[in-house]
Amino acid sequence: MAERAIGTDVPRIEGIEKLTGEAVYVDDLPTEGVWFGATVRSDVPRGRIASIDRNPAFPWDEVVVVTAADIPGRNVIPLLKEDQPALAAREIHHAEEPVALVAAPSRELAARAAAALTVQVEPLPATLDAEAALAAGAEVFKRIEIRKGDPDAADRADLIVEGTYRFGSQEHVYIEPQGMQAEWTEAGLVLRGSLQCPYYIVGSLGALLDEPEDRIRVIQMATGGGFGGKEEYPTLLAAHAALLSRAAGHPVRIVYDRAEDMRATTKRHPGRVTHRTGLTRDGRIVSMDVDVLLDAGAYCTLSPVVLSRGALHATGPYDVPNARVLARAVATNFPPHGAFRGFGAPQTIFALETHLEECAERVGLSGVEFRRRNLLRPGGTLATGQDLGQDIAAEAVLDRALKESGFEERRAAFDAFNAQAARREGAFRFQRRGIGLALFHHGAGFTGSGEVTLASRAGLAGLPDGTVLVLSAQTEIGQGTRTVLAQAAADGLGLPVDRIRSVDPDTAVAPNSGPTVASRTSMVIGGLLLRAGQEFRAKVEAAAGRALPTSDEFCAEIARQAGEGPLEHIVQYQAPPGIHWDEEHYRGDAYATYAWACYVAALEVDTLTGETQVLDFTAVQEVGRVLNPVLASGQIEGGVTQGIGWALLENVQWEKGRMRNATMTDYIVPTFPDTPPIRVHFLEHPHDRAPHGAKGIGELPMDGPAPAIANALRHALGIHVREIPATAERVLSALEAGRAGSAPTPESRP
Amino acid sequence: MKIPMTVNGLPVEVDVPPLKRLLDVLRDDLGFTGTKYGCGEGECGACTVRIDGEVAMSCLVPAAQAAGTTVQTVEGLATDDVLHELQHQFLETGGAQCGICTPGMLMMAVDHLEHGGALDDATVREVLAGNICRCTGYVRIVDAVQRAGRALAPDEDEPRPGGAA
Ligand code: FES
Ligand code: FES
Repeated sequence: MAERAIGTDVPRIEGIEKLTGEAVYVDDLPTEGVWFGATVRSDVPRGRIASIDRNPAFPWDEVVVVTAADIPGRNVIPLLKEDQPALAAREIHHAEEPVALVAAPSRELAARAAAALTVQVEPLPATLDAEAALAAGAEVFKRIEIRKGDPDAADRADLIVEGTYRFGSQEHVYIEPQGMQAEWTEAGLVLRGSLQCPYYIVGSLGALLDEPEDRIRVIQMATGGGFGGKEEYPTLLAAHAALLSRAAGHPVRIVYDRAEDMRATTKRHPGRVTHRTGLTRDGRIVSMDVDVLLDAGAYCTLSPVVLSRGALHATGPYDVPNARVLARAVATNFPPHGAFRGFGAPQTIFALETHLEECAERVGLSGVEFRRRNLLRPGGTLATGQDLGQDIAAEAVLDRALKESGFEERRAAFDAFNAQAARREGAFRFQRRGIGLALFHHGAGFTGSGEVTLASRAGLAGLPDGTVLVLSAQTEIGQGTRTVLAQAAADGLGLPVDRIRSVDPDTAVAPNSGPTVASRTSMVIGGLLLRAGQEFRAKVEAAAGRALPTSDEFCAEIARQAGEGPLEHIVQYQAPPGIHWDEEHYRGDAYATYAWACYVAALEVDTLTGETQVLDFTAVQEVGRVLNPVLASGQIEGGVTQGIGWALLENVQWEKGRMRNATMTDYIVPTFPDTPPIRVHFLEHPHDRAPHGAKGIGELPMDGPAPAIANALRHALGIHVREIPATAERVLSALEAGRAGSAPTPESRP
Repeated sequence: MKIPMTVNGLPVEVDVPPLKRLLDVLRDDLGFTGTKYGCGEGECGACTVRIDGEVAMSCLVPAAQAAGTTVQTVEGLATDDVLHELQHQFLETGGAQCGICTPGMLMMAVDHLEHGGALDDATVREVLAGNICRCTGYVRIVDAVQRAGRALAPDEDEPRPGGAA
């Protein structure tokens, strides 16, 4: 038997291609015979299309133009709701909404054609504020209520702490913009693109193009980052490329430039969370009342499930005896907000973990001690009533994070540093330091009954050369999917990883193993492949009539059997026993298991400029089992950095419903100097709800940085940061408000 | 306009408008698609190449300006299927995730190493400040550059780094 691959640093399978420039991303495909597409969009957020005017001076016979009228089937991109058209026909619901498409033999001509089309829109009043939308009775795409215990419990509390926390949109800024190439062949439509979820596209385009699904094939190209941004949006792009290609009679490629990608594609949902928490004098939580409002934008897209994950994480890893969470996602006239790493959880966790720091202060406890008194331990339950048995690590990650970060010592040292600030010389007088933490958990896999509904299929195929091919639709977008799935398959088969082939998916070959989202790939599909491997070996050995203990024997037999005919073994997801979820009442096991984490940020603020530099970051998490330490650490470090960006720098500025700062010069993501050393520590307690004991980790690191940073700013400056990003301007105005004597904690009262 | 250049040691000539971006000339006219577009305005570094031994953002260089120069792209780093030490260290440490920033990152870092630049954390981060990576959080890239630097110019006092640290 081969050494086990799981738990080792198998090098990234496609690493060499990516390091030599050989990896083929969609815009690297040959351009021979390919036409290029461009999109004509509305520049107002709401209105009625009066006309689409063509500049008569343009050579229109050299290009093709497609509008809603040219759609052969139903003009809709179906997702959770069938409300979003592929091209606006009459009404405009958001700025940047696509109205017409053009394709031409060159990029330059396509751009000129798009500029020669003018969409005349009669503007209508737009709703560009979620709170106002709610008040005006705008559509609520989803309303969730979670209830636990006694709704009147707050009456028995010694004190009530209230606060409202706000967060902005966040743009994905994957460095490779969205791109898709469509081509019609004898066998139907072939799409090649930068994407996370090939089967979303297969399932969505049939009705639009009036084609059976088996004539739609999706091939994932090397994909330059996704973070959720290439979950649902590529379906729209695929529809556009397919329509243009049919009209042009050529393959058509659409690749957005950075400005178009930033303006038109989805972003993290902005919104606010209001907390009202009842406490005993000795610092126990009696009740929690949470009101979550997310701005969904103009169409539903994935907002209900983003909201759901947000609501389910709103009371965190605490044993709250009485809780009520009300969560709503409301329609506005912003471009639709969509999936972004963390999927609603970072928003509610930011609010909760910042709020709890205020609660701690009010009862005269440290944030650490307050959390310790309330965190979930075996025997306690989450807000949905979920009992996690022994699969709880809240206190373990807290203790480890305190130790690894030297939390108490540094806090004392920073207090001393800040106390001496006034006595220092020059610019150093303005420096203040702070340290803060956040404790959280993150549900692994799809929410609720999602995994059961998906019923993912994945498997293995023996090839005539004796290697084994992984069959799954999971996509590699940077996180190491191909490598980790090969490791799981290898261990299931009892073969070394170099006998496994793991490639980018092509729906002509790969079964539907569900989307690459929700930190589900390693846990769910990895688990399936481990099982598939064991069963595949048993099948091959049974057919051979003998055991095949060495890799050479086993592979020779695979080659022999594969030479005689297809040698495949596909398995299907089965829910682990004992999981119950009541979608209607939001009761029960929202996730089969959770990863647990405690993050600590140490930072320095310049009170003259308002600028914050994170000095050091400690990320401790319990993730069941680490499948590949290098890849897993890389996921954490990358997620932490995006979290730092969301907390401090990344500020989407809107003007009349359009993103105003849609360039990388004006929308700032963390660079090398902005990013601190990030110390990653894993605790491993393999759980029994996946064969390898691993929990998802992709999204987890996005949850902790913002509240840890907000709490560190509180420590450094004595102000409560209730809105992120805490840009330099916001920090300065909060400091000014504090100096002017206005209470820095206006929302709290006894 | 006819523009002769040497790209990765190969003499080439293209006939393109003088203002066409070198990035597009490399990718579309010459097939060196390893060089990537990320922003088109000099902010992300994905398009970084070396022109006559100096780093440049190829999205900001008009083709005419590259006439008669020697250009090196990521495709010119490995020789005869042997990875450059820096590529090797990126693979070992996990310095590349989605890979789209990687070619530019490698070119910028190679330039630093070949000029014998310092390897301390602050210097490496400063040198690479114009190259944005959205995936890695930079930690492993810094590590890869430092390891490669030490391997390429082994210091007497410093032991040559092995495989995993
Ligand atoms: S594409 Fe040249 S710097 Fe971004
Ligand atoms: S590896 Fe994806 S942007 Fe750097």
